[in-house]
Amino acid sequence: MNRTHVTCMINDDETEFLCDNDESLLDALRDEVGLTGAKEGCGTGDCGACSIILNGQLICACLAFAPEANGGTIETVEGMADGDRLHPLQTSFLEEASLQCGVCTPGFLMAAKALLENNPDPTETEVRYAIAGNLCRCTGYDKIVRAVLGAAAQMRKNPIEGARP
Amino acid sequence: MRYVRPGTVDEAVSLLNSEPESCVFAGATDLVPQMQGGRPEPKLMIDLKGIPRLVKVSYSNGQLVVGAATPVSIVKVDDNLKAAFPGLSESSGLIGSDQIQNRASLGGNLCTASPGADTIPSLMVNSARVVIASSGGTRTIPVSDVVTGPGSVSLKSNEFVVEFILDAPPKRTADAYLRFIPRTEMDIAVVGAAARLTLDDADCCTEALVAIGAAAPTVVRAPVAENALRGNPINDETLAEVMAAASAVCSPISDKRGTKEYRRQVAGVLAKRVVLQAAKRAKEKGGAV
Repeated sequence: MNRTHVTCMINDDETEFLCDNDESLLDALRDEVGLTGAKEGCGTGDCGACSIILNGQLICACLAFAPEANGGTIETVEGMADGDRLHPLQTSFLEEASLQCGVCTPGFLMAAKALLENNPDPTETEVRYAIAGNLCRCTGYDKIVRAVLGAAAQMRKNPIEGARP
Repeated sequence: MRYVRPGTVDEAVSLLNSEPESCVFAGATDLVPQMQGGRPEPKLMIDLKGIPRLVKVSYSNGQLVVGAATPVSIVKVDDNLKAAFPGLSESSGLIGSDQIQNRASLGGNLCTASPGADTIPSLMVNSARVVIASSGGTRTIPVSDVVTGPGSVSLKSNEFVVEFILDAPPKRTADAYLRFIPRTEMDIAVVGAAARLTLDDADCCTEALVAIGAAAPTVVRAPVAENALRGNPINDETLAEVMAAASAVCSPISDKRGTKEYRRQVAGVLAKRVVLQAAKRAKEKGGAV
């Protein structure tokens, strides 16, 4: 099968990769680009472990075809930290012990990031709705909700330098 | 499999005609799991999201036009749509998670043709029409003529849905949608119910449309319930008739989400509640949008 050449921006880096047309964007990120932060949980859009931001929209990478990314912009968990400096959401997840096995964490971080970019001051209910598409079998969600609310408060006090609007 | 992203309806039509084993898609939120479940892979995948006409909501000349591939996350928050069709906004906002809503579309929800599709009852009570494109041009048919059974539609293999057209509702008219699931988020309807009512100045119902989802092979209208409402005030007596008629119109299956008997009962309860909700909105809304 002829492979398709895809050019896109991934975490602010211009990236090129070859993929099969029936390959999911998740598989392409993991296997062609080497970004293994996004995880495959269910592969059917139920668990959110593969959550990424494509062209500004939070999506399940397992439900998108890799060629759809051509010319687009992708954000993954690998782009959250600024060098050694963690994103406030990542710091907050560590402080609140919001993960155990960690498989769901990249997806939760992306969903939380998408939420806070649109709504910097969410209520607890809004946080719970925003992460409804992400499943965690370890924490029982409370610690994740606390981490998102804590990071939101932190980010309102100290906006991230150079953060994308 | 080839992947193409046409930029116009005409381009998509000729691509669809060029390859018999082709498939159009928008969000692929149903298509990908179906392919994983054994649906044969098409030879040509036509991504409709690159066609500007298919990914916008516009409002002009008293008509709302929603592109078939517009993500429901946009449909549910569009101000004009919410004001005129709050029930359609509600049903759009009940589909899956944010991740799913950023991909899923009205065209996909309709053409996947699930009996439990949330937006179909809302589209039906608003008498929505669909514009369908093929090499012969376009034709416009009622949404209610599209789905023929679970997973099957009346569209020919060389046709696809371009957009939905909804006429602005008359004054004192409003819709509502309610869905029963055993949790608050992220589930598929046990039963769904949509209603749209028009009230006169004395709060008497002059027009009523009621549709029930997930309780028959396709979404069904409840004409007996509609007749019970037309010409009558919304009182206990009419609501009892609505409940009985909504339950009677169902031909549900028993599955893990509920038994036939349970679904019939819930259909009646939801129909009553959704009629009350639509009536409340119609009273609050007053004049035409």
